[in-house]
Amino acid sequence: MKKQITITVNGEAHTAEVEPRLLLVHFIRENISLTGTHIGCDTSSCGACTILLNGKSVKSCTILAIQADGKEVSTVEGLAPGAELHAIQEGFKENHGLHCGFCTPGMMMRAVELLEKNPNPTEEEIRWGISGNLCRCTGYNNIVKAIQYAGAKMRGDELPSTEPEFIQ
Amino acid sequence: MIPAPFDYVAPTTLDEAFELLEKYGDDAKILAGGHSLIPMMKLRFAQPETLIDINNIPGLSYIKEEDGYLKIGAMAREVDLEHSDLIRDKYPIFTDASKLIADPQVRNMGTVGGNIAHGDAANDHPAVMIAMNAEVIISGAGGSRTVPIDEFFYGFYTTAIQANEILTEIRIPIPETTYGNAYHKLERKVGDYATAGVAVQIGVDESGTCTYAGIGLTNVNATPLRASRSEEALLGSKLTDEDVAKAAQYASEDCNPSSDLRGDEDYKRAMVGVLIKRMVHKAKGRF
Repeated sequence: MKKQITITVNGEAHTAEVEPRLLLVHFIRENISLTGTHIGCDTSSCGACTILLNGKSVKSCTILAIQADGKEVSTVEGLAPGAELHAIQEGFKENHGLHCGFCTPGMMMRAVELLEKNPNPTEEEIRWGISGNLCRCTGYNNIVKAIQYAGAKMRGDELPSTEPEFIQ
Repeated sequence: MIPAPFDYVAPTTLDEAFELLEKYGDDAKILAGGHSLIPMMKLRFAQPETLIDINNIPGLSYIKEEDGYLKIGAMAREVDLEHSDLIRDKYPIFTDASKLIADPQVRNMGTVGGNIAHGDAANDHPAVMIAMNAEVIISGAGGSRTVPIDEFFYGFYTTAIQANEILTEIRIPIPETTYGNAYHKLERKVGDYATAGVAVQIGVDESGTCTYAGIGLTNVNATPLRASRSEEALLGSKLTDEDVAKAAQYASEDCNPSSDLRGDEDYKRAMVGVLIKRMVHKAKGRF
C-alpha cells in the first residue's frame, strides 16, 4: 500500500507515493536522482550512505523513506550550492583526503555534524567521530587532516599546512 | 536488500499506539531506532505485516532523576546518554556503554528502550541494567506494570513484553551509599558485538565494606547474565584483590559462552575474568 510522503532535500520539497519498505537511500538516489549518496555495505556498517536527517548524521540505508516524511534531509549535493566549495570539501581537496572517492560523501556529511557539535576536535575525537565510516584507500590520515583543515577554516583560524609529512 | 512489503503506521500518542497493537497484535512490530529491526527486515529474518513507528510520540526521551530513581524514557537515544552531563557525572557506566555501542550515526538513531526490548544478549544495555538493578516499565491499554530486570529476559529475542504492550521507561534506583560503576566490552572493531562484556556497580559503607554488588555480563550466555556468585563473593568484603579475583573466577566459571569467530569458549571465559577485575577496579576509582 503506497503512501504519500514529502521530504525536503537540500531545501527543496519532494513529494512522492512510496511503498513503506522503500529505504531512504533509494528515495534519494532513485526517486530524486541525487546519486552523490552512495550505497556501500547496505548493512549500516560502512557509512557511505551517511546523510543529515534534521541535522543529525544517519545511515540512510537503515532508515525508511517514510520515516523521513515531513523532515529535512541534507546530502553531499547540498553542501555547496554555488561554485565555491564548502570548507569540508576544500579540506578533502587540499589534503588529498580521498583516493577512489566512494566513502567521501558519507565522510563529509559525518564530518559536517562532527564539526558543528565540536568545532575544535582533537585528533582522537575526529577518529572516534568517523569510526562509523570506512575508507579502504587512504588509511584515514588525510581524512583526519581534511577535517582538521575544515575545522580551522570554519573557526576562522590559521589553516594548517597541507604539505605531506615525510618520515625523516 | 529490500524488506518484504509491510504496512506502516505512525501514531502520535501512546493510547493510539496501544489501540493499533490491540488491532494488529503479533503481526506488528514496534519501530524505535530501527537499527536492529530494519537490518533484520532487510535480511528477511523478520517480516512483520505492520510497523508501528513510535518516533512521533512525544515525551518518551527524557533522562531525569525523580523519586529516588534515574528514569530513562524508552526513546532516549544513545547519543543523548553519551552527551548527558547528569549521566557523565553520576552514572558514568552509561557513558562507557554508549560510546561502545555501534558508531556515531547509529547512536543518533538507536534508543535505550529498543536496545533492551530487542532481547538480544549481545546488546550492551541489558548487562548494565542488571548491574544497576533496573526496573522496566511496560505499558499497555490497561495501564503500566513494573518488571524487575531479572524477570525481563525470557530467551533469545523474547522478553516479558506482550504483543499488546510497549516498553516505556527504564528506572534505576539511585544508590544511597558511596558507589561506583563501569562497563567495558571487548570488541574486535567499532560496531561489533561484544566478544565479552562486563558491567559492574558496587556500593560501600563508611568502613569500605561492600554493601551492594551488581554484575551483568554481555554476550556470554543465551540471555543477559547476572553473575550471582561473583556478586556474593564481593558483598560484605573489603574488595581486596583476593576478593575480586574470586569474583572474577566465579563469573568465568558461571558464564556460558559459545565458540565463534570472536573467540573460543576458553578465551571468552578468561576475558570475562579479566574484565571483572578491571571493571571493579574502575568502579572503585569512581567512588
